[in-house]
Amino acid sequence: MIKVENLTKKFAGQTAIRDLNFEVGQGEIMGFLGPNGAGKTTTMRILASFLPATSGRASIAGFDVFEQSLQARAHLGYMPENVPLYNDMRVSEYLNYRAALKSIPHRRVSERVGDVKELCGLREVENKLIRALSKGFRQRVGLADALLHEPDLLILDEPTIGLDPNQIRQVRELIKNLGRQHTILLSTHILPEVEMTCSRVIIINKGRIEACDTPENLLGRIRTAGGVTLEARVGADDAPTQLKKIAGVRDVSESEDDGWKILSLRVESGTDVRPEVFRLARDRNWEVRELTARRATLEDVFVEITHSDEAS
Amino acid sequence: MRKFYTLLSREVSSYFYSPIAYIVLFFFLFVSGADFYFQISFMNQRPVQYSVQEAFFNSIFFWFAFVLIFPLITMRSFAEEFKLGTIEPLMTAPVRDWQVVLAKFFGAVIFYVVLWVPTLLYFAIFQYVTHQTAAGSFGAYWGSYLMLLLLGMFYISIGCFASVLTRNQIIAAVISFCAITLHFFSGLITFIVTEISSTMRQVLGYFSALEQMATLSRGEIDTRPIVLYVSLTMVMLGLTYQAFQTRKWKL
Ligand SMILES: Nc1ncnc2c1ncn2[C@@H]1O[C@H](COP(=O)(O)OP(=O)(O)O)[C@@H](O)[C@H]1O
Ligand SMILES: [Mg+2]
Repeated sequence: MIKVENLTKKFAGQTAIRDLNFEVGQGEIMGFLGPNGAGKTTTMRILASFLPATSGRASIAGFDVFEQSLQARAHLGYMPENVPLYNDMRVSEYLNYRAALKSIPHRRVSERVGDVKELCGLREVENKLIRALSKGFRQRVGLADALLHEPDLLILDEPTIGLDPNQIRQVRELIKNLGRQHTILLSTHILPEVEMTCSRVIIINKGRIEACDTPENLLGRIRTAGGVTLEARVGADDAPTQLKKIAGVRDVSESEDDGWKILSLRVESGTDVRPEVFRLARDRNWEVRELTARRATLEDVFVEITHSDEAS
Repeated sequence: MRKFYTLLSREVSSYFYSPIAYIVLFFFLFVSGADFYFQISFMNQRPVQYSVQEAFFNSIFFWFAFVLIFPLITMRSFAEEFKLGTIEPLMTAPVRDWQVVLAKFFGAVIFYVVLWVPTLLYFAIFQYVTHQTAAGSFGAYWGSYLMLLLLGMFYISIGCFASVLTRNQIIAAVISFCAITLHFFSGLITFIVTEISSTMRQVLGYFSALEQMATLSRGEIDTRPIVLYVSLTMVMLGLTYQAFQTRKWKL
């Protein structure tokens, strides 16, 4: 659905994205993850034919975004970052206007506008001026607009930024449901978001793709996946040294809480060291109040990847 | 065509959503009404060689207000879309650049025409009340309003061009005000500089908006200004289109 080859974009004196290559297949929900300034918006604007690339190619549904930009745009529902809208229009009026711009046949306009208003929960504000809408409703108007012409592909730039937790949950739910019929590329710098909604993730940092895989594979691939936390009274023992002897434990850090030692173990992926830790505690007569495994999150993956980049 | 019509009606209605439109409308009605009133009271005091309609369109007072309205009408057109970022949803919809440029231009032209409609009433009322004709001939109306339309289109195209250059409406207004004033009052050179040959004077006269207006408001239809302003407008719109294509990339 999306094909990007050697895409590079330079702004005066600065390279925003460098040599990107990726593909998004039909029906995928692709997450585009990276810190601020990584080049997510720039990439999406190129895909939406809003910016020209400095070099390289990109296509949507087989149409080159620069040479056949009109056809490419017709297949795309795009929601820009921060959702700019005409403040002086009313919600229904705006959606009708957008429907006409997107060449929806006259007789289908009111049906489509009604459908997207229903889907995005805009019924209660349909006659309000856009200027008077809260951030959450503006976001939904943007999403409704992107969905109007039933595009094969949705590109959503930071769809949940600036929303409160409740609204974030609603928008994520909406995106997940949309994923059943649409191909989606969504950008975010919030990690749990991609973990919850996406079937694949591209991690981008400083204009370069650092990783591209399913969330599960990314988690498996990472060296310091997961960890175990042990809270115990260890007496005079040197707990960290003894714990490090257990096979699979890479690193131990300790802290104190009210006489209890809190020991955080970083372990290799695919190993479960908890039985070994328990045996050790029993042998040494440690008093244990907690022994838990922490699953690696994309956050760990992200920190690992972006951090190792800084080191090099 | 439907897309163009959609864009155009959005442009026209956006004028009536904004307070600036009403300020311009009020200001313009006030100035043109005052002009009409003063011309008539002046004529009441002594006999003159020209008609009410000629006097109305040829007073300096009136022209001063005239050049002011174009920056006000056009400054928003592109600059505001750049500033608010609404250019992004607009240009990522399947519309062509020239459709947007022409919609903005003709939207402003339509608003400009609406400004002029009430002035037709002045002449109607004058005729109704005094049972005298306001103009020398019917062609004189055509001539004056044609000239207003031609000159207006040219100045609106200058305003659109200024607006596409910046995201700041005030800067856009200043640029177009300077350019329009410069063009408009360059016609006065022949009054200031007396030491020029008569051919030079003729050449300058050909470009002088004031002289063209004087000719046309007598009802003498001259095709030269028509050709001149239509081509100047097309040149400015071409420049606007070019600037828009490069400009929107720079956001
Ligand atoms: N119009 C522009 N002119 C100059 N630099 C830009 C422009 N747009 C983006 N950049 C730069 O490109 C880089 C990537 O920006 P962006 O794509 O907005 O990142 P993200 O969306 O991931 O936060 C940033 O360093 C930013 O400063
Ligand atoms: Mg961004």
